[in-house]
Amino acid sequence: MNIHEYQAKELLGRYGVKVPKGNIAFTPQEAEEVAKCFLSDNPVCVVKAQIHAGGRGKAGGVKLARSREEALEHAKALLGHVLVTHQTGPAGKVVKKVLVEEGCRIEKEYYLGVVVDRGSQRVCVMASREGGVEIEEVALKSPEKILKVYVDPAVGLQAFQARNLAFGLGLDRALINKAVRFMTALYGAFVDLDCSMAEINPLVTTKDGEVMALDAKISFDDNGLFRHKDVEGMRDLDEEDPREVEASRYNLNYVSLDGNIGCMVNGAGLAMATMDIIKLYGGSPANFLDVGGGANREQVTAAFKLLMSDDDVKAILVNIFGGIMRCDIIAEGIVHAAKDTHLKVPLVVRLQGTNVERGREILRQSGLNIITAERMDEAAEKAVKAAKAA
Amino acid sequence: MSILVDKNTKVICQGITGEQGTFHSLQMVHYGTRMVAGVTPGKGGGDVDGIPVFNTVGEAKKSTGADATVIYVPAPFAADAIMEAVDAGIRLVVCITEGIPVVDMIRVKRFMEGRPSRLVGPNCPGVITPEECKIGIMPGHIHKKGRVGVVSRSGTLTYEAVDQLTRLGLGQSTCVGIGGDPINGTNFIDVIGMFEKDPGTDAVVMIGEIGGSAEEEAAAFIKKNVKKPVVAYIAGVAAPKGKRMGHAGAIIAGGKGTADEKYAALKDAGIAATRTPADIGKTVVEVLKKV
Repeated sequence: MNIHEYQAKELLGRYGVKVPKGNIAFTPQEAEEVAKCFLSDNPVCVVKAQIHAGGRGKAGGVKLARSREEALEHAKALLGHVLVTHQTGPAGKVVKKVLVEEGCRIEKEYYLGVVVDRGSQRVCVMASREGGVEIEEVALKSPEKILKVYVDPAVGLQAFQARNLAFGLGLDRALINKAVRFMTALYGAFVDLDCSMAEINPLVTTKDGEVMALDAKISFDDNGLFRHKDVEGMRDLDEEDPREVEASRYNLNYVSLDGNIGCMVNGAGLAMATMDIIKLYGGSPANFLDVGGGANREQVTAAFKLLMSDDDVKAILVNIFGGIMRCDIIAEGIVHAAKDTHLKVPLVVRLQGTNVERGREILRQSGLNIITAERMDEAAEKAVKAAKAA
Repeated sequence: MSILVDKNTKVICQGITGEQGTFHSLQMVHYGTRMVAGVTPGKGGGDVDGIPVFNTVGEAKKSTGADATVIYVPAPFAADAIMEAVDAGIRLVVCITEGIPVVDMIRVKRFMEGRPSRLVGPNCPGVITPEECKIGIMPGHIHKKGRVGVVSRSGTLTYEAVDQLTRLGLGQSTCVGIGGDPINGTNFIDVIGMFEKDPGTDAVVMIGEIGGSAEEEAAAFIKKNVKKPVVAYIAGVAAPKGKRMGHAGAIIAGGKGTADEKYAALKDAGIAATRTPADIGKTVVEVLKKV
């Protein structure tokens, strides 16, 4: 799960990570009010569009204001308007709120990130002098510029490790302790909140001798959300694909893609393999959908409805390997669900596994126009053909 | 021969009184697995269909001499269950549970350092040596005793591959599901190394997927250390970047962990990689002909 910058800063602030003062505004008037407060003892404030995608600065989503009138104008220009960044796709995202922050006198920009490193199976803290640049770019062009420390979970991030990073960044001696405190607080928040990624880009040093997070991005480990109800409450459904939101209500693993063959599969690996084989046969999957090991009637019905809500879907391919759950039970579920949802596109079903003969018999006798297949490649071929004919 | 488990393996089930634990324990008994005990804190002294239940893994091990455990404990408590089994000195810990927070798994891995137990999973179907011992949730009857080793990050995709093998008359020595989580107990290299040493295994099927670099590491390991033929398939060529595909570990993050990178590494190591999941069995037949 992802959250907005203003939410990330609020959470990190609670853990002692230094962030600029700021307030969220939903209307231009609110933005003006907030700006008025900050401009009383600061020459500038910043109006920042709050959408989940990165690249806001370059896309014009971050603006400086020297007066409350200017802040009002910026907020008017952003709120309710579409912002297109290199991460939003061409359709862009509608800006529904802006973060108004006090300005700060930036001395230098750096990068600081915390991730779960799969290789070492530990949390890794990364830092780089290339602030404000995407870390993937730095990793690609000059990996030696990224400093890394790996944290022993038994003791947490140690001061010496943070010092190694801070000195490695070439920070002024007077700022080392502040940087150590910053990094220690960030690591603490990361572990305590079950994050999967926390990125401070840029981390800045200021002319007033501060070390602070100018931007903050956090992703959470969905598996850890059960212990953070407050974080769960920060989920912004406007930022997610509506079909993915709907799927999550039925415990279905669904990811929208841009093809025209709707897929319904049990198991994540088999679901990916099904997408791959559709591509191999010259088709294009409309989605990834894992209905889980059970695949009962309710779930299959919900899944069909979900697939049918996508107008691009010209054919549906169901690929189920019946293990403990028998194929005859699954076939009954498919038939009921197809009838309930009045399926209007060709349906290709490939069943394999336990009681497969009985399952196929149920599909044949259903009176529905179901195209059956025995092998995965055969099923993909038939689905691609059906989608092209539609 | 086989790896990890055989007909002598004595198995306990942690979480045996839960719905999943009971169902699958009885399925395992039915398959012929020596289920010697179950563990549910607070339910010690009872039994599940004649299988005695203990309060702690330590007691269960002491009373039965169990050397393997299968865990069906819900995700919030699963890390604790793994550590309890490791602390009790259980040789093989198979964790089926899906959804364990990654921070918990990092602690579990640290706890296991220097302790002799092996963890398989979490978020996996388990381990099976056909016609001898089934530990997990896989449908036993699609397997057949034989000489092909299978190792996979997936569940149903593994059943698909096993089913293809069995239909072609190729039995399996052992099938190991290492799980779909980013941090797991046993990796491809561990299992492939065991298959290489196992006189009962002639060829290995490796099923990977997008995310992480376990397949690339396995490819480098195979190139250097493995003489037996290896057939590989990687799921997720059509997967978009930055989206989690069902498994917690199946995500292309920061442009890394794509199926294409993995196929390139497999090719470099001279591994017979098939691009179509429908041909995994057929490819094994082909490589075995060349041996």
